Amino acid sequence: MIPELGHFALIIAFAIAIVQSVVPIIGAAKNDTALISMARPTALAQFLFVGISYAALTHAFIVHDFSVQYVANHSNLVQPLIYRISGVWGSHEGSLLLWALILAAWTVAVAVYSRNLPEILMARVLAVMGMISTGFLAFMLFTSNPFTRIFPAPLDGNELNPLLQDPGLAIHPPMLYMGYVGFSVAFAFAVAALLGGKLDATWARWSRPWTTIAWSFLTLGIALGSWWAYNELGWGGWWFWDPVENASFMPWLVGTALIHSLASTEKRGVFKSWTVLLAITAFSLSLFGTFIVRSGVLVSVHAFATDPTRGVFILGFLIVVVGGSLALYAWRSASVVSYGRFTWFSRESALLLNNIIFLTAAGAVFVGTMYPLVIDAFGAGKISVGRPYFDTMFSLISIPLLLLLGIGPVVRWKGDNWSRIAKNVSIMLIASLVIGLLLPFFIEDQLNIATGLGLAGALFVALTTLKDLLSRMRQSARIPLAYAGMIMAHFGVAVFVAGVTVTVSYDVEKDLRMEPGSSYDIAGYEFRFQGTRKVKGENYIADEAVIEVWSDGEKTGELFPQKRVYSGKDNPMTDASIDKTFFRDLYAAIGEELEDGAWSMRVYYKPLVRWIWLGSLLMTIGGVLAVSDRRYRQAVTSRSRQGDDKASVMTSA
Amino acid sequence: MDNNQNADQPSVIRRLMPLMIFAVLAVFLVIGLNNVETVRDVPSPLINKPAPQFDLPLLLQEGRLTDQDLLGHVTLVNVWASWCFACRQEHEAVKHLARNGVRIIGLNYKDETEDAKNWLARLGNPYSAIAVDYDGRSAIDWGVYGAPETFLVDEQGFVLYKAIGPINSPKNIEGLLEAANKSGYIELAELLSRLK
Repeated sequence: MIPELGHFALIIAFAIAIVQSVVPIIGAAKNDTALISMARPTALAQFLFVGISYAALTHAFIVHDFSVQYVANHSNLVQPLIYRISGVWGSHEGSLLLWALILAAWTVAVAVYSRNLPEILMARVLAVMGMISTGFLAFMLFTSNPFTRIFPAPLDGNELNPLLQDPGLAIHPPMLYMGYVGFSVAFAFAVAALLGGKLDATWARWSRPWTTIAWSFLTLGIALGSWWAYNELGWGGWWFWDPVENASFMPWLVGTALIHSLASTEKRGVFKSWTVLLAITAFSLSLFGTFIVRSGVLVSVHAFATDPTRGVFILGFLIVVVGGSLALYAWRSASVVSYGRFTWFSRESALLLNNIIFLTAAGAVFVGTMYPLVIDAFGAGKISVGRPYFDTMFSLISIPLLLLLGIGPVVRWKGDNWSRIAKNVSIMLIASLVIGLLLPFFIEDQLNIATGLGLAGALFVALTTLKDLLSRMRQSARIPLAYAGMIMAHFGVAVFVAGVTVTVSYDVEKDLRMEPGSSYDIAGYEFRFQGTRKVKGENYIADEAVIEVWSDGEKTGELFPQKRVYSGKDNPMTDASIDKTFFRDLYAAIGEELEDGAWSMRVYYKPLVRWIWLGSLLMTIGGVLAVSDRRYRQAVTSRSRQGDDKASVMTSA
Repeated sequence: MDNNQNADQPSVIRRLMPLMIFAVLAVFLVIGLNNVETVRDVPSPLINKPAPQFDLPLLLQEGRLTDQDLLGHVTLVNVWASWCFACRQEHEAVKHLARNGVRIIGLNYKDETEDAKNWLARLGNPYSAIAVDYDGRSAIDWGVYGAPETFLVDEQGFVLYKAIGPINSPKNIEGLLEAANKSGYIELAELLSRLK
């Protein structure tokens, strides 16, 4: 009964979404208050019904309702509760329902926090978001219904893929979707502005917080995916340039350009066309990512459903949404004119260069991801594009980026002269280059340009960011949160780059055959294999190896890598064991049992690998801080602070 | 909107550019969607090259099968296993070809002998001989990465075509037909065209 209620709620939500898409837009065009006022109630109602639907599916998972096909395919009787709850989004249909839920939630958030928006703009934004909801709900109802029943109901289900039974998985897709879907808000604002023919600094001020939060979530989501892959897959890798990973990275790159472009539009009224196009592109890439992973068009280890019928639907949806918004842009962008003037050496130029660099990076990833498809379309063969291309492109692009990141934030708006900052910047640049290039020399007794440049870049950004913070603190005791957020995020970039450079240059990986009692040395750590024992988990049995790690004659840690066999499957799954500290990871994974009680295993030494995710976390927190700044909170509560002198006019910081 | 032609206004081409770029992309995505069934197919590097050497035990008799046994007559080498679902789908077609005189040699791939024998007993045996490749090493030389796969080998032992997936899929029938016709195996082509 409950699954049918869930299905029915979804149908109602679909009908409401249609109303939400059509009525307020007509109302905005005719300036009809009654129609415009339908926007918020329909958004709330849609959220309510999608929520009921989602709750119904979750309920089915929790109570083991195997008569629902989706539940039978992704859950079984011994599956732990947390993975029954997270299993809801573990595959195609359920993850779409999560998408729809999150979209409805963002729509409600915009509806609630839009009291100071002109009603016409609000109506258009909610209507555009309603159109996207309509598309996703239709996609589910017509091709990917999560509530399909199976008769007769099996007595036990197929468990959730064990790779997905990990806390990192439990949170990675929701965070990622918060990001993807959050960009729909920026998209909706852009389309609404084009429809209204007016795009000014105030519009940018309204868009900014939404976009920044979405970006923060996306950063966190991607970092979680990388962290989870590292923990779960047992190969010590944290990024593979797989098409599905690239599908999340491209919106992030464009999103980063977008938040900076929005800042420029808000403060100086420049780059309006850029900002609109970036907003459309970021969300288009989110949708494009959804298309890739569910249509079978690209070969990937993570692809969800390879069903061309579904692919046709999403492609159609993509063409309508992206084609429609770009057509709107072609038609209306004549009215989107930037009047700001700035010289060659100014903050605006730096941010323009920033836009270009990030867009180029996204383009490089896009070309690499799409290349196999294009080559195959021309019948020119089957190829795959991998690490060598992406790593090289990225390393090349990061050089100008890191340089820009160090210099840009200290250049003044509108016009500045190099001589004002030349001395400080040059000192820090030279110091960074010297230290950066010398460090590898000390570590490995030879010159390593690539590593040296990476370290130099990270150091340069760290130094310039800290110096900027110190000068600001000397000027005034209070640091605005927006500024603190920027500093933290930029510093996070430095930490990230340092982590990547050091791990990639100095990690050590060894495949070994170890007998109980033997030991092996890498990077000054002695791994002593003590033997294996049998261990039982909630829904698996495992062979667990005990490895002691010794350094300088003292035991510094223990590792317990496992080979698990889950109840539902015959294939064993490896669970790596990691000894983590701030400066390095020691990682062990066991392979096969060989003769005489020996096991094949792989051990790693990974220096600074945690900095990769620490840097990402700093970026995320930076974004959240920036959004918490009082200028945005004042916008929310401006109606309740009638007499406050600061509430009247927002001036640029 | 007035007709103010000041330098800041983007021209029509610039305004249409993003849409046009997207249109090109959409075309490729549509083509890609059409190609979904073949996106994972890797073309064989063995085409027009001699079949790889192998020396494997027979499934149903004493003795062994080697690449020398492929010479002298055009052959279909069919890779199959009892655990392979799609092999059942093509089995009728394989039996039909065998009944009409096509020489088909089976390569039992990564399978247990008992399971293989039971499968044949239940579904019928069209093979003139079956080689057992228990650990799949010989199959690696053939470039096999799944079952079913079928190789068309001419009487001199050269591989003419590799069919990936069931032999009676439209794509494979076309491919086998074309390869058979090109090398002058008219009767075989005739039989293949009747599978459509």
